[in-house]
Amino acid sequence: MNIGTRKILDRSFTAVGIGSIIVMAIALMIVVVPIVSNGIGAVFFTGTIEHRKLLRDEFKRGNSENLDSEVASSERYRAKVYDMLTGFEAELETMAPEKKTQYKGKYSQVRTALQALLGPLPGDQMPMLTRFKYGQTRWEKAEEKLHDLLYESKWDNSNTEVMSREYFVSRAKSFEGTSLAPLFPYLSHNVEKMLLPEFTVYWGFITDSSVDSHFFGGIWPEIQGTFFLAMGAMLFAFPLGVVAAVYFTEYAKPGFLNSMLRSANSTLAGVPSIVFGMFGLAFFINTLKVSPSKSVIAGALTLAIMILPTIIRAAEEAILAVPKTYREASLSLGSTKWNTIATVILPAALPGILTGGVISLGRAAGETAPIIFTAAVSVGSAIGLADVLSSPTPALSWNIYNLASEHEAAAQIRHVQYGMVLALVSIVLLLNLSAIVLRARISKKLKG
Amino acid sequence: MTTDATKTSESVPAKKTRDIYLPPERKVISGGGAAHIVAKDFSIYYGEFQAVKKINADILSKYVTAIIGPSGCGKSTFLRAINRMNDLIPSCHTTGALLFDGDDIYGKLTDEVLLRKKVGMVFQKPNPFPKSIFDNIAYGPRLHGVNDKKKLMEIVERSLRKAAIWDEVSDRLDKNALGLSGGQQQRLCVARTLAVEPEVLLLDEPTSALDPKATAKIEDLIQELRGSYTIMIVTHNMQQASRVSDSTMFFYEGVLVEHAPTAQLFTNPKDPMTEDYITGRFS
Ligand SMILES: Nc1ncnc2c1ncn2[C@@H]1O[C@H](COP(=O)(O)OP(=O)(O)OP(=O)(O)O)[C@@H](O)[C@H]1O
Ligand SMILES: [Mg+2]
Repeated sequence: MNIGTRKILDRSFTAVGIGSIIVMAIALMIVVVPIVSNGIGAVFFTGTIEHRKLLRDEFKRGNSENLDSEVASSERYRAKVYDMLTGFEAELETMAPEKKTQYKGKYSQVRTALQALLGPLPGDQMPMLTRFKYGQTRWEKAEEKLHDLLYESKWDNSNTEVMSREYFVSRAKSFEGTSLAPLFPYLSHNVEKMLLPEFTVYWGFITDSSVDSHFFGGIWPEIQGTFFLAMGAMLFAFPLGVVAAVYFTEYAKPGFLNSMLRSANSTLAGVPSIVFGMFGLAFFINTLKVSPSKSVIAGALTLAIMILPTIIRAAEEAILAVPKTYREASLSLGSTKWNTIATVILPAALPGILTGGVISLGRAAGETAPIIFTAAVSVGSAIGLADVLSSPTPALSWNIYNLASEHEAAAQIRHVQYGMVLALVSIVLLLNLSAIVLRARISKKLKG
Repeated sequence: MTTDATKTSESVPAKKTRDIYLPPERKVISGGGAAHIVAKDFSIYYGEFQAVKKINADILSKYVTAIIGPSGCGKSTFLRAINRMNDLIPSCHTTGALLFDGDDIYGKLTDEVLLRKKVGMVFQKPNPFPKSIFDNIAYGPRLHGVNDKKKLMEIVERSLRKAAIWDEVSDRLDKNALGLSGGQQQRLCVARTLAVEPEVLLLDEPTSALDPKATAKIEDLIQELRGSYTIMIVTHNMQQASRVSDSTMFFYEGVLVEHAPTAQLFTNPKDPMTEDYITGRFS
């Protein structure tokens, strides 16, 4: 090949390489940026007085005296709203029946929107669900609710040729000429004084339990559940996997049975995780009855079976990569086979074995399918270590799915979903990072 | 090994001590010269392939025996048979007898772990463990039950001194052995082998990966150890064989062509093939 062609080929390979890295980086950004920017919104956000009330009532947190004075100032502005409502209710009674029915419907819409924005109104019965006991706790949501309050959403389907179109009608106009008309400008001017938004850092999102199916509070039960499941899986799979790898590499006689076992192991690594989930239910819960129904232990065992092949493979490769000369040196000093494995081979293979282990740990933390039938519940409080044998647990992976698709008010708690996603991604990333660091440190120690 | 194989080397020279032709500059070793390792019609096979063919030889205790011969003639195979390192190769098997202190190395009752403690080996490429210098030397003694820190320190120092490397590493015993130079690593490997107090030292081309200066140090070391251990060294370097050994075995295609006192083999070989080889007519 002449030098010109070679150079051109060289350059084009470099270009292709750089190009693919750029594409990867962009893809990564597209995934990571929204996760991070939305996810941190669960901890850092503009919170309203309602959030602070919630913290005081549900978690006994915050400066109570400060809050009392804040509430007092907020109530001064709210009082005027309430007055206007009472005024309009009186006016309604004086209206002609036809007009009355018309305004009554509109008025009830206004009340509902006000309840959503500010919380229960005077005279309301105390609602059962916590989500109705408070107004908007997050300012960006409050702004949405304010919009709902000021404008009525209508659908234009006059033109049948095209899709219906949403348009907004100002409620101030609808109520023109009544005593409620001033309510709308008053609200838009004074909403901040009623809700007192301020920048909030809510670390409780990580350390608190959830309140009212994740409407409020944090995701600690999920984080803890994920931790229990992943650690539990490792507890079973890691020792078992390393022992199996030692057997395969050091003791197994080459032959039919051995190659069968190995290919079974490889096949197992490729089985879809939902199959492991079904297997876990059928085997651990229905057959072995490790627990009467879903439990952390059943989930951990299922995850352990799922990650076992990966751990075995990684450990096998690490053991086979240990130079033959170490084995020879040890044996020639009068070491037994077992001693050679324990004192020379395994220490030298440790970086590789640990890397495989931590990557599997990350996978166990992230998998959803295996725990659906065996361990996960949608909402629950953090369980104690003593309960792992009998209790199911919420877990990040399952609850991300659950909140996004099955929660009755999925659209209202997007920040929680994103927060969970960020938490899970961070945990997995942290695990992988620690694997890299650990590996580097041990390798350095081995290399001297 | 059978029970009487565990006796110490002091009890060995009870057997007939042989005479050996030595040039004037080489001292006769008192208490040496017993037939320490004896091969009787000893063959080694890799599957069907016979790598070592029916050899008969006596290796004399406390003297240095060199093994020379062209590449692939079975030198390493024979050497590795003596401490049963060939066991690592599943297809490898033997016929005939190979005796160590009168006991068959491949006998049914032989404990190869005990055997290897008495027959130490240093390999072609230095192979220290990825551990500290101290832990490398202490590895063998620990294996055999020495755990007392002070005692270990004694053994480590003694072994490193015997291997003529103490002065170079005494201030960094806790450093990783892989940080040493190739020559230092090889002497460390010798020290590591000496630390388990073997009777026999097998060296398979111990200097082939080293520069001339490091090679000279290893050769000096062999001279130091001569008289304390039965030493067998495989080498491609004829000068080295004549410098360090008392007797030399010449292998060719698995056959032991000639085994004679070194001074005699290099100056007055009996077999024309030996002569061709040492004069460099083939290699
Ligand atoms: N593991 C093995 N399996 C099969 N044949 C082998 C094996 N090891 C060595 N042999 C063969 O046995 C013969 C002797 O090999 P050996 O390594 O003992 O030679 P050597 O004299 O040490 O050579 P060198 O000087 O190159 O080290 C060679 O023909 C070699 O191909
Ligand atoms: Mg060789």
